[in-house]
Amino acid sequence: MSLPTVSTEKSAAAINEDRPTPFDVKSVRADFPILNQEAAGKSLVYLDNAATTQKPQSVIDYLNRYYALQNSNIHRGVYRLSEAATEAYEGARHKIQRFINAADHREIVFTRGTTESINLVAETFGKMRVGQGDEVVVTELEHHSNIVPWYLLCREQGAVLRHAPIDDRGDVDLDALEGLITDRTRLIAIAHVSNSLGTVVPIRNVVDIAHGKEVPVVIDGAQALPHLPVDVQDLGCDFYAFSGHKVFGPTGIGALYGRYDLLKEMPPYQGGGSMIQKVTFDEITFADPPTRFEAGTPDIAGAIGFGVAIDYLNALDLEGAFNHEHDLLDYAARTLDEIDGLRIIGTAEHKAGVLSFDLGDIHPHDIGTILDQESIAIRTGHHCAQPVMAHYDIPATARASFAFYNTREDIDRLALGVRKVLDLFR
Amino acid sequence: MLDRREIYQQLLLDHNRHPRNYRAIEGATGTAEGYNPLCGDRYSVYVTIDGDRIDDVAFRGAGCAISKASASVMTHLVRGKTLGETEKLFDEFRQIVTGKAGLCGEPGDLAAFAGVRDYPSRVKCATLAWHTLKAALEGRTETTTEQSIDHD
Repeated sequence: MSLPTVSTEKSAAAINEDRPTPFDVKSVRADFPILNQEAAGKSLVYLDNAATTQKPQSVIDYLNRYYALQNSNIHRGVYRLSEAATEAYEGARHKIQRFINAADHREIVFTRGTTESINLVAETFGKMRVGQGDEVVVTELEHHSNIVPWYLLCREQGAVLRHAPIDDRGDVDLDALEGLITDRTRLIAIAHVSNSLGTVVPIRNVVDIAHGKEVPVVIDGAQALPHLPVDVQDLGCDFYAFSGHKVFGPTGIGALYGRYDLLKEMPPYQGGGSMIQKVTFDEITFADPPTRFEAGTPDIAGAIGFGVAIDYLNALDLEGAFNHEHDLLDYAARTLDEIDGLRIIGTAEHKAGVLSFDLGDIHPHDIGTILDQESIAIRTGHHCAQPVMAHYDIPATARASFAFYNTREDIDRLALGVRKVLDLFR
Repeated sequence: MLDRREIYQQLLLDHNRHPRNYRAIEGATGTAEGYNPLCGDRYSVYVTIDGDRIDDVAFRGAGCAISKASASVMTHLVRGKTLGETEKLFDEFRQIVTGKAGLCGEPGDLAAFAGVRDYPSRVKCATLAWHTLKAALEGRTETTTEQSIDHD
């Protein structure tokens, strides 16, 4: 199937409205071995997909096969195993490029994940552009990984970190965001989809606002890629950070998309093997992007495995998968909303993949442990988004997050489990 | 029969709902605040010593059901005990919640927490009040579960 290239904001709405042929969730579930196991006689209900997604058999098999039959280091090997590994590694880069519709494969830098991607931008582009008295703008919605690197950068450079507020539904106040931009603003960093509330941020509007004032935009796309078609050219962003393990690939691998002209002017991130053209003790010339930013032996199997996960997605009815997921989120919101004493946190009009809630005085960790005894895995806590928790004046939420292999039965089991929690504490 | 692995037993739920000794003690011999960053549990433990004996002990604060119930049970059990007996009870409790003690010991208020052994992260919830009491007895004013090691 070809990659859907519709714009993110529009497609989220479109997915909501028209429902095409039903997505074959049963056959998809058969591809994920972990979903077919039982604990204490109960089948696993896995609703922690925003933390990490499960892996299809093809990815698991690939990792085994790579280490059993193909393992070798990439680049500069002149024997066939190394040539094959290099080709597969670079092939994965091309797959990722096409998946997010980047203009050029050299715009894809392999990293350990979204966090490292953002740190890379802060350490290189950030240090190059942000100086004493300059300003960086984030939002109240961000995951800590899109706050802390900017905080560290600002502290080191003597710059100021500003943040745009969210409203009580969990939408970023775009007018406030625009109002924060001054002639000292050097960069805006913002999530595409909130990991704690599920809010889909209208990135094209953000980019329009920012670019109107010549401010570059870094997107934390960790939670968007699994739920929405992402087209970086259509979004118009300057950087887009994401992780492999949140899109059914291995952990420890991710990527940074960066506009080539920006990557080209950026200094290296880490020093080491591979990222150079020539080294003497007097002078070092650095390789061109993306190699400049990939010092040392990368996670080769992970990168190729990331590519295999993308192959899996491309072979799926991806539009059907996204529709199914959206239907699940709707169904979950309706089902949980019927439970007395349950409050849904985050009610933005456009949401993807995440449903946060609380049960009044009952601590979310107690909810999580009781649900685990029903073999239901959700995440509880502050979700590395303490400013969001502070906005709602709560210490934590319980968060169910979905992938296309989840079913309405999973949500019914969740609702039953939540009622059990309420009964226990009554 | 009661499933000893079940965490949210009636005893725990009851102590969570109606915590015993939930108050501050004016002029306590020792007071400490304990904090568990995982759940955000935060409790103050107040203790009054008479010679070698705990004359009065109480707590206040907020957190998850396991931490609150454990604090309540603790205050209930250590009142009137000597410092040595209290230390022994803490050791016993630690053995129970980390799984070093078997599940077939005498049933009791401490044993009701045995189920947390399957959840190493929640062991800290169960032992928070005990660590805080220990801090108060040693003249420290605060402790966190980050500083205490309950399992190797």
